Amino acid sequence: MESKAGRILIVDDEFSVRDSLYNWFVKDNYDVVAVEDGESALHAIVDNSFDVALLDIKMPGMDGMELQRRLQKAAPELLVIMITAFASVETAVVAMKHGAFDYVTKPIDPDELSHLVKRAVEKRRLVQENVQLRRRLDDIASADILVGESPPMKNVVDLIHQVADTDATVLIRGESGTGKELIARAIHANSSRRYFPIVPVNSGALPESLLESELFGHEKGAFTGAHYRRKGKLEMANGGTLFLDEIGTIGAKTQVDLLRVLESKELTRLGGSRAVHVDFRVVCATNADLEQLVSEGAFREDLYYRINVFAIDVPPLRDRRSDIPLLAKHFCSTLAMQMDKRIGGISAGAMEALMAHDWPGNVRELANAIERAMVVGRNSLIDVADLPFLGKKEQAAFGRGQTLAEVEMQHINRVLSEDTWNISRAARDLGIDRATLYAKIRKYKLHKPDALVSHRPSL
Amino acid sequence: MPRLAKRLGRLFGLDTEVHAIGFDPEVSFDPHRGQYSSRGLLAELLQDRPHAYRILGVTSVDLYMPVLSFVFGEAQLKGRAAIVSIHRLRGEVYGLRPNRRALESRLAKEAIHELGHTFGLLHCLENRCVMSRSTYVEDIDIKSDRFCGDCSAALRAFE
Repeated sequence: MESKAGRILIVDDEFSVRDSLYNWFVKDNYDVVAVEDGESALHAIVDNSFDVALLDIKMPGMDGMELQRRLQKAAPELLVIMITAFASVETAVVAMKHGAFDYVTKPIDPDELSHLVKRAVEKRRLVQENVQLRRRLDDIASADILVGESPPMKNVVDLIHQVADTDATVLIRGESGTGKELIARAIHANSSRRYFPIVPVNSGALPESLLESELFGHEKGAFTGAHYRRKGKLEMANGGTLFLDEIGTIGAKTQVDLLRVLESKELTRLGGSRAVHVDFRVVCATNADLEQLVSEGAFREDLYYRINVFAIDVPPLRDRRSDIPLLAKHFCSTLAMQMDKRIGGISAGAMEALMAHDWPGNVRELANAIERAMVVGRNSLIDVADLPFLGKKEQAAFGRGQTLAEVEMQHINRVLSEDTWNISRAARDLGIDRATLYAKIRKYKLHKPDALVSHRPSL
Repeated sequence: MPRLAKRLGRLFGLDTEVHAIGFDPEVSFDPHRGQYSSRGLLAELLQDRPHAYRILGVTSVDLYMPVLSFVFGEAQLKGRAAIVSIHRLRGEVYGLRPNRRALESRLAKEAIHELGHTFGLLHCLENRCVMSRSTYVEDIDIKSDRFCGDCSAALRAFE
């Protein structure tokens, strides 16, 4: 048997009314409870949740009006329909002003009643779903999507919380790969606009003409290839947040148009004449030196001041090395689940290598490195060998001012000591043959350390 | 009437009898509305034939239920008694010419529908099934006089 069409509470002092309505609704597959007065109704809603309540306005004792008010207070999500005789339509309208869903006059057309109740149940279901979805969004907002315990990151998180709930424009500055989009999303998720969309636009990826169309939308026939009307990203962000990434790359014309929209809160689609009102919050990001661009004339000063209201500087990964283990482990465990691999962590040696690297690509580069290591890794932990491109720590010691010969000598010496002067192994690691290796050793006058010299028993 | 009785008997697998019953109008008549309470009449039917397995009353008066403007008929869900009125099934009520065949067809469908309730069937969402809810005569004309698959199964399960 399919689930019930809904739950109805009927309140009427007349038995015949209760009885008839009860049977009538039961035949339509509703769960029905019929009670004779207000007190019983208030009791009934304590243990049961109803979608709809049908109340007769004229009842002895607590009348329908008072009951409606008390029911709504006790169960605000309950939808109340008043049943009234013709004479009391005015009172029914008053009830509606107090929040009743609708009213019906006796005698009611059966179809009308049926449709009304169906509509009410439907509305209730939609409201319930909405509440659930909002709760889920709230959960997402409160979860920490940014990983990092270092003081600079804690500072960033603080700033996010400070600015999120205001409508202030935020400018996120940092190198590429530092998680600027994540920060923008965190700001959005913690703002009052969280139930509306966040629309990201990567200004750097598009040539200016396409960017204009992308941002502002176009009317049909605005230019060759414009076959239909298209909403731009600025319009889609209405009510929510607009995230402009790589804002330093926006061309001059777009800068002008964008500035106009930000100031007037109105935009016109390409080829259109009608102005559309828009209301969104702006978050921008850049890895460029905006001040430099302004002084060069490549970025408009007025636009710069418009967006540089609240700046969040995101530190590069090398300035917060203490976060590397945290991040690496986070990526490791997330990927282990996704890739269904049993790699549980990172070896000490590998972690050392990770900590030593400069990470020009920042967190994104770290994530890629871990992912690659997870793919090639064969042990239960990620090892240094799985991170070959990072190189050995000592390689960082290669600075300027060294001749090729010096570099070669140091390298051969190092490899020999790592291989405990096993000539065969060292030659293989260096990619040369034993004879060549011996020649190099003679050339650079390398010595095997005494500790490694085996003492043959003298004969 | 005998035709209807035979048909219903065949459909539900029961023996049928046809009787004329007189009833006291005072009890169920509402002078304000000019209609008779279906509930009231059902009670009278039950009193009249306490031993019958099922009772179907067929009347020419207009029926009503409190709160609603009218009903074509009513039945006790999983009970013994059902009643159908031909009053609103007649074309004349709507300003049309009398049509005996249409009347008989509609009466048969509503009779089957109400008896279906006495066997525990609820309103069906399948709008050609005889158990679908009909508020207006047009609805009755649209639906068939048969049970849909689900309702047939439910009916068999009841017996």
